[in-house]
Amino acid sequence: MNVVDGLAAGRQAFGTRPAGAPTIRCLGVSKVYETIEGERIHALADIDLAVHEGEFVSVVGPSGCGKSTLLRLLAGTLPKTAGEMFLRGSPITGPRRDIGIVFQTATLLPWRNVLQNTLLPVDVQGLDKTTYTARAHNLLQMVGLAGFERKYPFELSGGMQQRVSITRALVHDPAVLLMDEPFGALDALTREQMNLDLQRIWAAARKTVFLITHSISEAVFLADRVLVMSARPGRIIAELNVNFSRPRSLDVMGTPEFGRLVTQIRHDLAASGALD
Amino acid sequence: MNEVSSSETVARAALEKPPAVPGALFARLFARVRNRPEWVCLPLTLVLVIGGWEWYVAAYKVSTLILPPPSHILSALHTGLASGVYVKALLVTLQAILLGFLLSASVAFILGTLISQVRLIEATIYPYVVALQTLPKIAIAPLILVWVGLGIESKIIIAALVSFFPMLVNTIVGLKSASADKLELMHALTASRIKTFFLVKLPEALPYIFAGLQIGIVLAVLGAIVGEFVGAKAGLGYLIIQMNYTMDVAGMFAVLVILGVMGVVLNVLIAVLRKRVIFWQRTDVSAI
Repeated sequence: MNVVDGLAAGRQAFGTRPAGAPTIRCLGVSKVYETIEGERIHALADIDLAVHEGEFVSVVGPSGCGKSTLLRLLAGTLPKTAGEMFLRGSPITGPRRDIGIVFQTATLLPWRNVLQNTLLPVDVQGLDKTTYTARAHNLLQMVGLAGFERKYPFELSGGMQQRVSITRALVHDPAVLLMDEPFGALDALTREQMNLDLQRIWAAARKTVFLITHSISEAVFLADRVLVMSARPGRIIAELNVNFSRPRSLDVMGTPEFGRLVTQIRHDLAASGALD
Repeated sequence: MNEVSSSETVARAALEKPPAVPGALFARLFARVRNRPEWVCLPLTLVLVIGGWEWYVAAYKVSTLILPPPSHILSALHTGLASGVYVKALLVTLQAILLGFLLSASVAFILGTLISQVRLIEATIYPYVVALQTLPKIAIAPLILVWVGLGIESKIIIAALVSFFPMLVNTIVGLKSASADKLELMHALTASRIKTFFLVKLPEALPYIFAGLQIGIVLAVLGAIVGEFVGAKAGLGYLIIQMNYTMDVAGMFAVLVILGVMGVVLNVLIAVLRKRVIFWQRTDVSAI
């Protein structure tokens, strides 16, 4: 598939999903940075996308393609240069409370224990402590951290810390979970385990997930749909539906269909010049 | 080979229940000391220095007016403590140190918070702070005495002035040290400035603030003593000056010993407090 075909196919697919209004919608979004020397860097160009309620969408692309920038625009922590973005129909103009974010590093506060870290959004947003403490306990149980509530981050492994940051992102019951290469800092084995756990959490929490990753197999394994981005300026150059039944086991990665999807994405990336 | 087997024996002896034989006890002690030689070397250094000092004064017949031997200092210390003169002076000086330090630390924290959080205040005040920092604060001591008098108030102010800047600068640097990820997290969570300050910036600044307190307490001691040198009616510094006039060199040394012990105790108190407050920091960053 060449780039233009991919783009055209993508454009059609993004708009024509039959379900109701999408949870996330981006129309012609672009981002231009200006460096201190006054040089203009075109990070994102003309991004159109839609993510539907309960859907798990992965974005895969080469490093520096602006995928983290896209996530920050969605989170409202960076202003966009052009275009329109909506979350559940209301325009994204800044940080908002119906978003949960997981960063590449767990970014836990070392002076707060596991439970207190999970409850950080509750403290920040002044929500009812009693209600949300019960919810936090449930979430911690769901990620396999029951009994660790009073431990401090320095007592946890990297994978456990990232689990805490996932519970923190979910505790205030956001409309969407944004994940920015959440397992990039973990070793390969822990990463696979985290992929399985994330799938389970997603199924249990019934959240809309928007996951940024540079691992093609991770993107395919987890997602209902994979968006492929080109090198800078980042554009969405292809979109692939992933139809494996859930829950998926790691064995899925050995199937011919999985291999076909991974190869397809590689080709799309190579065609855009990202893998030179 | 021999060494290995003997150390194994010692290790085994250390593991087994201690039998009531003195030989085995020594073996255990020996094994421990071998792992931590500093337990012997540290006190040994003190013994050697003091012994060498005592020997040097006796062997070369140094005048006790120039360098009294440790034994004279010890007896001066004993007499002074027994008569209550040192304790009375210590309490006066300690009060000046602690009040000056508390005053200085509080003002440094409040001003440091304002400077680090409000851009306009930083732009208006911080350049003067940096300029004033280069001034030798001790040079102001005579002036303070003129303004405030010979009482303890002037010592409090001088101790506060001398210890102020490191604590201020550490507060400012600490409050600006919060990592970009943590601040981005708070931003994404829609945290207010106040919440970001108390939930992230302040805890993140604590290691710096405590490092400042540890420097500050040492400087507060210096300030109080200098204040008493310049003019006072009581205190350890005042005592040193008086002994200087009467050529009581052993007494001066005895006061120095008291000052040294007091300095160490104050520093340890802050170090203990630091460890309790900043429990999440595993590595100890020592201030000086």
